[in-house]
Amino acid sequence: MSEELDEIEAIFFEECAEGLAVAEQGLTAMLAGNVGKDVIANVFRAVHSIKGGSGAFGFNALLTFSHSFENVLDEVRGGAIAPTTEVTRAMLAAFDVLSDHVAAARGVAATPVDGPMLAVLEAILVNKGAPSVAASLPPETGDEFGFSPVAVELDGLELDPFGFEPVQVALEIEPDWRIRFRPSRAALANGGEPLLCVREVERLGGVVLSVDLAGMPPLQDLDPEDGYSEWTLSVPGTVAEGDIAECFDFVAPDSLLEIARIPNQTGEQACAPTSAPAASDPVPAAPAAEQTSPGTPRVVVTAKSPDNSVADVVAQSIRVDLSKLDMLLNLVGELVIRGSILSDRLAPADQERVELPELARLTREIQHNVMSLRAQPIRQAFSRVPRMLRDLCEATGKQVVLETSGEGTEIDKGVIEKIGDPLTHMIRNAVDHGIEDAAVRLANGKPAQGLIRLSAEQKGARIFVRVSDDGGGIDRARVRAKAIEKGIIAAEAELSDEETDQLICAPGFSTAATVSSISGRGVGMDVVRSNVEALGGRVDITSTPGEGTSFTMVLPLTLAILDGMIVKLAGQRFVLPLANVIETVRPELGQVRPLTPTSEVIELRGAYLPIRRLTDFFQIAANDHRKPEDSLVVIVESDKAGHIGLMVDTIDDRREVVIKSLDQNLHPIRGLGGATILGDGSIALILDIDALVAATGLAAKPNLKGIAA
Amino acid sequence: MSKLILTVDDSASMRMLLKASLTAQGFRTEMANDGVAGLARMHELTPDLLITDINMPEMDGFELIEAVRKVHAFRGTPILVLSTEFSDDKKSRARTAGATGWITKPFDSAKLGAAIRRVCP
Repeated sequence: MSEELDEIEAIFFEECAEGLAVAEQGLTAMLAGNVGKDVIANVFRAVHSIKGGSGAFGFNALLTFSHSFENVLDEVRGGAIAPTTEVTRAMLAAFDVLSDHVAAARGVAATPVDGPMLAVLEAILVNKGAPSVAASLPPETGDEFGFSPVAVELDGLELDPFGFEPVQVALEIEPDWRIRFRPSRAALANGGEPLLCVREVERLGGVVLSVDLAGMPPLQDLDPEDGYSEWTLSVPGTVAEGDIAECFDFVAPDSLLEIARIPNQTGEQACAPTSAPAASDPVPAAPAAEQTSPGTPRVVVTAKSPDNSVADVVAQSIRVDLSKLDMLLNLVGELVIRGSILSDRLAPADQERVELPELARLTREIQHNVMSLRAQPIRQAFSRVPRMLRDLCEATGKQVVLETSGEGTEIDKGVIEKIGDPLTHMIRNAVDHGIEDAAVRLANGKPAQGLIRLSAEQKGARIFVRVSDDGGGIDRARVRAKAIEKGIIAAEAELSDEETDQLICAPGFSTAATVSSISGRGVGMDVVRSNVEALGGRVDITSTPGEGTSFTMVLPLTLAILDGMIVKLAGQRFVLPLANVIETVRPELGQVRPLTPTSEVIELRGAYLPIRRLTDFFQIAANDHRKPEDSLVVIVESDKAGHIGLMVDTIDDRREVVIKSLDQNLHPIRGLGGATILGDGSIALILDIDALVAATGLAAKPNLKGIAA
Repeated sequence: MSKLILTVDDSASMRMLLKASLTAQGFRTEMANDGVAGLARMHELTPDLLITDINMPEMDGFELIEAVRKVHAFRGTPILVLSTEFSDDKKSRARTAGATGWITKPFDSAKLGAAIRRVCP
């Protein structure tokens, strides 16, 4: 529960950040003269949400301030206070204090001094507009020595000026409560059920003394939605009046409710004169409670001792600086490498002697644990979408419903942070280009409301994040025309549907005839693709005309570790991601045949697969044209081209390798995804299958079955 | 079968908080993030109880309650408002719209449970 709360709290702070952005934008617009109802309402809602959450998480300073701010905004929204420049400026100043309060609640800043600002807000509220100078400069700040008031937090101290511990006075005899309750007709409306109120009183130890049914009409005149019965209940005197009143909280105001103590038999005045409402009661006094006769004696309610609950509430999570986590991950990576080096250098008997296998197992476990520390639910990335979608709908006038699934899917935090922008653009794209206008949809027999599905799921070592819409699908003729016009493809190029769809991600491509304010912000789908590819992922597009389009980001689960197959090419070692490997084949004579002077295929169980010689691709020992029979063919699955064969010299090993980025030192190299350090301390380059396949121009049909026929 | 509660709130953290609290108390919960979605979910799920926020984009809580009460099948469905607002004016507006009860945010899990028991047998 505690972890869950931490996560919710983190989301709350994200919402705060969004809310602050919305509020700032709105207030700035107001200052610029745009005082439209929507603008003010947006600001109000943003501050209101911050207030709501701050209360829930117990950020009391933030709650108090946002409450005051909200009160002013509410009046501005309602028209009672005019949003003059003066007022708006004051609200922008209040906004700054609010931001500081949010930062303080997050623990990244000190609690701001908000006294003067609260006074200004109060003044605006009282004067219906003018933030009076007197109020904005309270005496404390007018101090000639320039002292400003400092907020001193005294944690855990009750507001008791004398420092006395609250003493629980056991009142010797507390007379029992007597309750008369007669629900009105309205109490039974709106799904209300007075009987449940009576049950609640019984839970407090109350007893029904009598039910007066004198008012009950004959059956034929009985209106089942009217109240006829009158209960008389008795509740032990130790129960707080507030608790009893709360049971009747939802009963209609016109019901009869009397809560009173039975006159004390002994004549002893049992009740303390300083009456107080129930402590920390979040439910405000119910209308019912106000109906108790003013002379009714009350008791002092002492708060329950928290002692017995303290043991249950032990913090089960801590916050850690991400850089520390990364440092740990890096060090564990080094440890793994050193472990491999040891195992390479020691003979099996020596390995056993120094218990290396056990050490290796422990190291792997540490590594897994550290990695899982970085994994977080993708919910964080998803949580921003609904709000954004609402804005988009407002801007475009389209109606879109969002459905999300798989928010709990865990993925590396680094990946989550980097998919935010691509996700945003995919959603924008779906609303702007995918979902049609309501009129068009209706004409095509679709519901006026469009649907966007956002889903995440894990398959093996990959995460699939999908944005699909039920819009018009990709207009391939238009895409093609545009691509030719932009010079991306030749006019006579023959492209499959999939290839045409992929053109959307080509650099410099945009089909929107008029660049809209939403999608046309200079970030195209090509940037989405390059961002995702930089993460070691890819973007898949599927589209059915008239039925919709779906964009899928296929992402690696982690950025740090790869299950790899070590292969040798002309004496050099490379790592093939094992996730892509389907099988390995030692070709027999004649199994590999040239198709054209520069391409070869392998016959495998009646089908032909294209083959790529990696020595050719990387131009290592390219002239040494090794015979296929002396090589191995690794059949890999590429998401872009289906199955193809990669010809390598030998296969050395299979192991988990720690990915080291090449980006820091080298330009991106086509076909290489990174590097790793092998057990003997040497460096091996990691192959990027998709890039290899794309670069070879083999991105063709999944299976060239036709050739065999 | 435990009670099915539909909660409508535009704040994701509030929805999650509610879900955590309600699930821990043995209720089944479904969520919607505004009035429009809430109304659609009402029809889809026919829950035992609706808990809704007031300040929401699209369709606010008052409008949602009115729309729900117009549906014959939901005439007797208890509806609780869960809002940071607590003015008598707003409360009476909610009652007129058809709300059964009002809980003020921030809510206390136990009190929320008690409030649910008071409207949902």
